[in-house]
Amino acid sequence: MKNHRSPQEVNAGSMADIAFLLLIFFLVTTSIENDAGLNRLMPSNDNEAIVDIRERNLFEISINNSDQIMAEEEIINSKILRKKVIAFIDNGGYTLGMDGYCDYCKGDRLLDLSENPDKAIISIKTQRNTSYPVYVAVQNEVIAAYNTLRNRESLRLFNTPYESIYSDYYNEEISEDQKGQLKERLEIIRALYPQKILEPETVNN
Amino acid sequence: MIKFNKYRSSKSLPPVSTASLPDIVFILLFFFMTVTVMKNQNLLVENTLPTATETEKLDKKDRIIEIYVGRPTAEAKTNLGDELRIQMDNKFITVDEVGDYALQALSSMPEHLKSVATVSIKADIGVKMGIIEDLKNELRMVNLLKINYTTYEGAAVDNL
Repeated sequence: MKNHRSPQEVNAGSMADIAFLLLIFFLVTTSIENDAGLNRLMPSNDNEAIVDIRERNLFEISINNSDQIMAEEEIINSKILRKKVIAFIDNGGYTLGMDGYCDYCKGDRLLDLSENPDKAIISIKTQRNTSYPVYVAVQNEVIAAYNTLRNRESLRLFNTPYESIYSDYYNEEISEDQKGQLKERLEIIRALYPQKILEPETVNN
Repeated sequence: MIKFNKYRSSKSLPPVSTASLPDIVFILLFFFMTVTVMKNQNLLVENTLPTATETEKLDKKDRIIEIYVGRPTAEAKTNLGDELRIQMDNKFITVDEVGDYALQALSSMPEHLKSVATVSIKADIGVKMGIIEDLKNELRMVNLLKINYTTYEGAAVDNL
């Protein structure tokens, strides 16, 4: 008699309830962390290196205590900052045939802006009471300017945007060969438009 | 037709099977378990980050040293006043101590990550540049040069 009966099935009805409890716990405790930010490399601590910089190769951005942004001796709106920075880096002031002539630059080749993207230096000065968000916004605009130019060159040379090369490079699923190729490409583009951002000591006045 | 109706009415509808419900819930559960990052720091400062568009992801947690800057939160304020504060390792520290604490955090990292350690500066939107500059100088003193201004994604003009 006993052998004829199939074994009693375990009731799995409460399984859903248990899983729901766990689910709700994780839903509540989750903060899907999306830490992202602007990476910067600070100069090292030796103040020995003093280089002569020509005035035309230096693009000075200052932010004062009341968060006004000054670039190239005039107070400007943050919206046109990116355009100005691009125009400055991409100017390519050397004339054709000169050593260091920038053949990929598409700027206006003005006499008072940078000679060559390699020589272009951006300086960001702040004061003690400058707001941090404004500073971040300025950093963002400068980095955006570089990214725009790098994207343009990357599209021209490799037919892929700089950002996608960059994100592919940090993707762990690619093979070593691809990685090497991507690294090479990144280095080529970075050499065309090297990021040179100076941050002089805060001036107290 | 009549026969069909008769058939239907004679037998009630079978109940919808809920046997696969646990599976669905488990899939959801595993999704949340994998994306969850439990906060390991109790925030003592207000921390609304500014926004930026040109951000890069900080996905590898093992090489990040976090520094929070902001005004103390309502709970922490009782005995501390309203000055800007720096938080590391669950407590308030002064600017001079930043280097020590950063080196301490660095020394607890595995050897191969020490050269790629990044300091993530999580500063509130109410922070002034003075304290940030001091902080950066301290970090330069201990040769931690890779920094990250941690932000939310969003148009940078929202900051102004």
